[in-house]
Amino acid sequence: MDNLIDKALVRKVASLARLELSEQEVKEFTGQLCAILEYFHKINLLDTEGIEPLAHCLPITNRLREDQIQPGLDPGQALKNAPDRDGDLFKVPPILEEGLGP
Amino acid sequence: MKVQVVVGLEIHVQLSTQTKLFCGCPVRFAAPPNSLVCPVCLGLPGALPVLNKKAVDYAILAAMALNCQIASFTKWDRKGYYYPDLPKNYQISQYDLPLGKAGFIEVQGDDGGIKQVRIRRVHLEEDAGKNLHAGGAYSCVDLNRAGTPLLEIVTEPDITSAAQARALAVELQRIVRYLGVSEADMQKGHMRFEPNVNLRIETDGQAFRTPIVEIKNLNSFRALEASIRYEADRQVQEFLESGQVMTSGNKTTRGWDDVRQVTVLQRQKEEAEDYRYFPDPDLVPVVINTSWLDQIKALLPELPLRRQIRFVQQYGLSEYDAGVLTSDRSCADLFDKAVEAGGRPKRVCNLLTQVGLRVANERGCSVGDLGLSPVNLATLASMIEEGKVNATSGVRILEQMIATGQDPMTLARSMDLLQIADSSRLESIIDQVLSMQQKAVQEACSEGKKAQKAFNFLVGQVMQATKGQANPTVIAEMIRKRLGGA
Ligand SMILES: [Zn+2]
Repeated sequence: MDNLIDKALVRKVASLARLELSEQEVKEFTGQLCAILEYFHKINLLDTEGIEPLAHCLPITNRLREDQIQPGLDPGQALKNAPDRDGDLFKVPPILEEGLGP
Repeated sequence: MKVQVVVGLEIHVQLSTQTKLFCGCPVRFAAPPNSLVCPVCLGLPGALPVLNKKAVDYAILAAMALNCQIASFTKWDRKGYYYPDLPKNYQISQYDLPLGKAGFIEVQGDDGGIKQVRIRRVHLEEDAGKNLHAGGAYSCVDLNRAGTPLLEIVTEPDITSAAQARALAVELQRIVRYLGVSEADMQKGHMRFEPNVNLRIETDGQAFRTPIVEIKNLNSFRALEASIRYEADRQVQEFLESGQVMTSGNKTTRGWDDVRQVTVLQRQKEEAEDYRYFPDPDLVPVVINTSWLDQIKALLPELPLRRQIRFVQQYGLSEYDAGVLTSDRSCADLFDKAVEAGGRPKRVCNLLTQVGLRVANERGCSVGDLGLSPVNLATLASMIEEGKVNATSGVRILEQMIATGQDPMTLARSMDLLQIADSSRLESIIDQVLSMQQKAVQEACSEGKKAQKAFNFLVGQVMQATKGQANPTVIAEMIRKRLGGA
């Protein structure tokens, strides 16, 4: 059970999430994530044969709205909590990787 | 060595809803920065997305037009994304249960026949905002576009030339405009393409596949075609030099340099494909039942390519005319109805292509917005056909029909454009002209070279005397009889 998560995997997940972790944090999170996965391992022992995967935990579907414009925020409000701005644009550290798009 | 290019396309189409996919902010181009935002599309903590029904309607309609199986149950997934133009740090998309799958699109092939390209999947997702680069020190972000509904369409690798990829993209543009689900305005970035390109090479009795290259974010038909063409050539060279073939891990991503007209290798990001999708707990699934499907199905029109082919086969129009007519759905609708009302197809077609589309273009509207009634259009076509007005007058009358809404006969009278059908009146005009143009009459009766020229001159003189209100063919015939009898 102690091999579910190792330091390399924690570093990989951190880099995918653009998180910078200290060596101390890597060690700490490795332990914590191992404990969490061990708990999930117990759930994994349940027999789920023939049970459909759940798409959502609420028994609700089709929460839809009409295509009608609702008042939003003006640029002043939108940028109120921004750490930095350039006019009405959010100012962020330079983006080096480009052309990714969603 | 035999080389065959193989292309699969990924296409993003912006839907023409009033509001964004998960919030009520307006979808609008070129608004002041960060003026079309709210807590949802800014990704503020605690804000909850609510799905826009219109976007789902549009997506279902498009997926139906692409002959897809529509999912009866679909859901929303988060796709990891780490750029500030989507501040939630994920994009809401559809992963394992797309709205549509296993369809096909029909495209006119290089030989004029219909080619089917299979559609792998069609799903809805939100667009990102825009990162603007200030030139090194920092970047700026405008989130007006964040959350705009996009339809992602993925084809199977069935496309076998750059020209075919372009034809498919153009056809898709025509289809989504026909359906009214997208303006598909290339200038506004409403359609973006990402082709996956590789080659099938046969040499010395052996077949090879070159490594797949994905070309990112192309936003014009021209760039789509040129980049595939370039990439095919480049891969031939690369294969000859390195002999490298496709493996599961060696797909690369390239960008298109529009200035140099070349593709450029993009820096490979480790685990770039690891988007860590998981179901979005903020959004409940969507169940699409039969009655919803039936409502949408009722809106599905005859698709433009099918209609174009029908116009050629049923009405004997040229491929070109049929293509022009079907480019605007309301124009094709008006054409169909005017022909039904008795207008001769070729005449109706000429009126619509020469006047209708031109005026609509000048006004920046569609032909359907010109207020033309199919019956009036058919009547005008018949008036021209029967020689009551000539073709030139027909154009002027149609312009006035659009301007005033009056019927063609009233306009022909008030504009004094009715041709003189009364033959005794024509006879007397011809008499007058012939007696005044004795020299030309003599030449026209001679055997010399000048005869035809003189004859045409006489016809022209009579036309002038009738102020153009007579049919030149009729006049010519009458003059010929007269001179022959003289
Ligand atoms: Zn919003």
